Amino acid sequence: MSTYTAHFRVWRGDADGGGLRDYRVEVHDGEVVLDIIHRLQATQAGDLAVRWNCKAGKCGSCSAEVNGRPRLMCMTRMSVFGRDETITVTPMRTFPVVRDLVTDVSFNYDKAREVPSFVPPEGVAPGEYRMLQEDVERSQEFRKCIECFLCQDTCHVVRDHEENKKAFAGPRFLMRVAELDMHPLDAAEEQGLDRKRSAQDEHGLGYCNITKCCTEVCPEHIKITDNALIPLKERAVDRKYDPLVWLGDKIRRRT
Amino acid sequence: MAQVERHAYDVVVVGAGGAGLRAAIEAREQGMRTAVICKSLFGKAHTVMAEGGIAASMANVNPHDNWQVHFRDTMRGGKFLNQWRMAELHAREAPDRVWELETWGALFDRTKDGRISQRNFGGHEYPRLAHVGDRTGLELIRTLQQKIVSLQQEDHREHGDYEARLKVFQECTVTRVLKEDEGGGTEESAGRGRGGKVSGVFGYVRESGRFFVIEAPAVVLATGGIGKSFKVTSNSWEYTGDGHALALLAGAPLINMEFVQFHPTGMVWPPSVKGILVTESVRGDGGVLRNSEGKRFMFDYVPDVFKEKYAQSEDEGDRWYEDPDNNRRPPELLPRDEVARAINSEVKAGRGSPHGGVFLDVSTRLSAEVIRRKLPSMHHQFKELADVDITAEAMEVGPTCHYVMGGVDVDPDTAAATGVPGLFAAGEVAGGMHGSNRLGGNSLSDLLVFGRRAGLHAAEYTAGLGGARPAVVEWQVDAAAAEALRPFSAEAETVPDGVPENPYTLHQELQQTMNDLVGIIRRQGEMEEALTRLDALRVRARRAGVEGHRQFNPGWHLAIDLRNMLLVSECVARAALERTESRGGHTRDDHPAMDRRWRKLNLVCELSDPADAFGEVSVGRREMDPIRPDLLALFEKDELLKYLTDEELDR
Ligand SMILES: Cc1cc2nc3c(=O)[nH]c(=O)nc-3n(C[C@H](O)[C@H](O)[C@H](O)COP(=O)(O)OP(=O)(O)OC[C@H]3O[C@@H](n4cnc5c(N)ncnc54)[C@H](O)[C@@H]3O)c2cc1C
Ligand code: SF4
Ligand code: SF4
Ligand code: FES
Repeated sequence: MSTYTAHFRVWRGDADGGGLRDYRVEVHDGEVVLDIIHRLQATQAGDLAVRWNCKAGKCGSCSAEVNGRPRLMCMTRMSVFGRDETITVTPMRTFPVVRDLVTDVSFNYDKAREVPSFVPPEGVAPGEYRMLQEDVERSQEFRKCIECFLCQDTCHVVRDHEENKKAFAGPRFLMRVAELDMHPLDAAEEQGLDRKRSAQDEHGLGYCNITKCCTEVCPEHIKITDNALIPLKERAVDRKYDPLVWLGDKIRRRT
Repeated sequence: MAQVERHAYDVVVVGAGGAGLRAAIEAREQGMRTAVICKSLFGKAHTVMAEGGIAASMANVNPHDNWQVHFRDTMRGGKFLNQWRMAELHAREAPDRVWELETWGALFDRTKDGRISQRNFGGHEYPRLAHVGDRTGLELIRTLQQKIVSLQQEDHREHGDYEARLKVFQECTVTRVLKEDEGGGTEESAGRGRGGKVSGVFGYVRESGRFFVIEAPAVVLATGGIGKSFKVTSNSWEYTGDGHALALLAGAPLINMEFVQFHPTGMVWPPSVKGILVTESVRGDGGVLRNSEGKRFMFDYVPDVFKEKYAQSEDEGDRWYEDPDNNRRPPELLPRDEVARAINSEVKAGRGSPHGGVFLDVSTRLSAEVIRRKLPSMHHQFKELADVDITAEAMEVGPTCHYVMGGVDVDPDTAAATGVPGLFAAGEVAGGMHGSNRLGGNSLSDLLVFGRRAGLHAAEYTAGLGGARPAVVEWQVDAAAAEALRPFSAEAETVPDGVPENPYTLHQELQQTMNDLVGIIRRQGEMEEALTRLDALRVRARRAGVEGHRQFNPGWHLAIDLRNMLLVSECVARAALERTESRGGHTRDDHPAMDRRWRKLNLVCELSDPADAFGEVSVGRREMDPIRPDLLALFEKDELLKYLTDEELDR
């Protein structure tokens, strides 16, 4: 068991402004950044605002930027830093600050509402759903999402471009469109909803230029770009330019 | 008069975990304007952490399963102290509640023929837990969250407003349930006694610190558990027993508070993650427990009541995974209370692992690839937090405070709280369903079955009132505001040494007290000592003070939560002292045997003086209704003799 004193710089402030404040704080074996933030709360800064719940990487509450990199504080071990390294903790940059490390993430909840929900297949009673494991696996990968919003925070389309927020759902919610689109029993199409097209037309898929930054920060290691966004793009493109699909669409619309 | 924001709804649900969200969906579908309030962000409630699965006798994997078998397992797991009608409703309705989730978009793991797959778990006779890897709670909460969004989309289409009939007030904390004036019109008489109807809730917005009142004739408590009163716990900061305390303060009694479940397998190292859960699926899927001598010690700990049901040798236990019809299950899959006590004994006897636990090993039985597929989040958790690769090495595990069986005394069919019209409770905050010990997987199903019932009956209750809604009384609002603000003026109050108490320090002392003195193994003297310490903490908690301002101030929030944790801890300690036997989640070193005469007794906790929030708790005894004969007939007489007294059986 060994203990040392670390140098932390934590952003303190609120919507009106603020800055980095320096702290010297004890660190014990096996601890994570969130432990240190909690120690600061208990000993030096009782009112330091931070979100957390599970402390095990399951709830996606404790998102912040550690040395500039979007991370879950509860899954960032102190042992990845040198003992004399200064550790800087700042709130997620893409969302407005509420206080200290807490940001206003309502952007994400607004976007969630804009994605049309699962459409249950008609005539299939509860208990009669039959799906094969290999068919649900693709959507299951995306349902591992813990809504930490780190991918949303990191994506350059909105990170420094407030003006894009209106038109762009962000990787998490484009992935939600893909998830529903790949759901074996989703009946959106029967109801006249083309999810692939809506990704392009309603949720701003076109802004994404597949830099994969979102995939890199995802703590659930979901291959957001490769498995959700690119397939969605390919099929959106197929749809737009494939004359047969285009014709089919026209015919179906008229009936 | 205090500055407060005002809203009015038909039904208010306090809590956005599985129980709260299912209640809200039901109330809204019954046509009620419904509000959901939660302390964290929407989608982050404790339910998200559930790993192993949700129990329902769908019989997808073993065709012999049905609700009767599930009922039997539940009663056995709870050592027959369960509110049997709740156990019955739960077993009957769970499959429908799971299937319904699929129609809302849930994607469970599948069997070969495309149905929902089900896994083995402690105390369940057949593979019964629907699951998604080891992140079932996430799937459950996301599905309910997305169902709520879909109802909001409906409202948007109809009314142009997503929140026309269903609104989530996230990051808001309720500190009081309000009640109508019963006629006296004074602080002393009004809303304090039993019988007064619910008129709404009072709380604060975490972000701004501002107060709000929601007027509503029906309030559903779905606030979860109490684990944050213990030091080693799998529970998060939200688990401060708020709903338990809100009910007590409103005049509704709690039952079974002596029964706290210590999950046998929490992480023990490194210290900062001590208590974090290691899912029971590890054992369900083949993980074995060994002591420092390499021995599978669970074979030495099979209690008499379970002797016929568990394997006697390692060979038989191993064969069971492949051929469950002709072999008995390994004792690693005994109910949690048994396994937790066994681990405790091994460590005490000096046969523990280096960091004070025992070894849980799945690497010897499953291939690395299967482990990564079946237990992905455990693999991840150990790798990231403990530098342990569970596909190659054993984990070190030990008991951790996990779940409270005790809770608000409710009507089994309607989830209505006893004695307070308009108050309902569902999920972990409600008592009775699990008796003295909950089986794994039975919580998630409980949330859905009784969440739905609570929402339904809250809606019916509101509808039944017509226009005659109880009014919010102003002085109660003022009193609630003053109570919430007290931590800011603590310094001004006359205190002996002139300094306010640090809420974090008080919290740590409380956790240490409960952990050491009212923990997994209990003794009379220690519990008396705990009560003395709780008394002292209560006095000090009145002076808990904070710095800073009201905007998102965790120190302030904790100072307010202390009231609830102290009340609940006192209930646990008093009830535990009173029950002079060992049963399920309550183990007395000085009364080690289960006593049939205690089987039908519930201990009922109430506030001695409802006007004093830091006051004392009184404990009374109450007999349970006799179990319905057709349900008793599901068991062999020999088995019943272990639990029920001769008179009960002769009846
Ligand atoms: C790590 C872990 C794993 C588990 N695994 C399983 C499993 O595999 N299977 C199983 O069946 N069970 C499992 N359980 C148990 C189960 O998850 C819980 O019992 C269950 O989720 C509780 O649900 P709930 O709806 O009652 O409350 P919660 O999901 O805890 O929700 C409580 C809600 O109430 C809100 N709240 C609390 N106080 C207030 C207040 N004062 N004002 C406003 N809002 C408030 C909270 O913010 C939250 O939204 C597990 C538990 C843990 C900790
Ligand atoms: S891949 Fe697309 S969505 Fe992801 S970060 Fe890059 S631009 Fe944003
Ligand atoms: S996709 Fe990954 S990074 Fe994005 S919100 Fe979900 S879990 Fe977080
Ligand atoms: S606290 Fe839940 S993800 Fe970090």
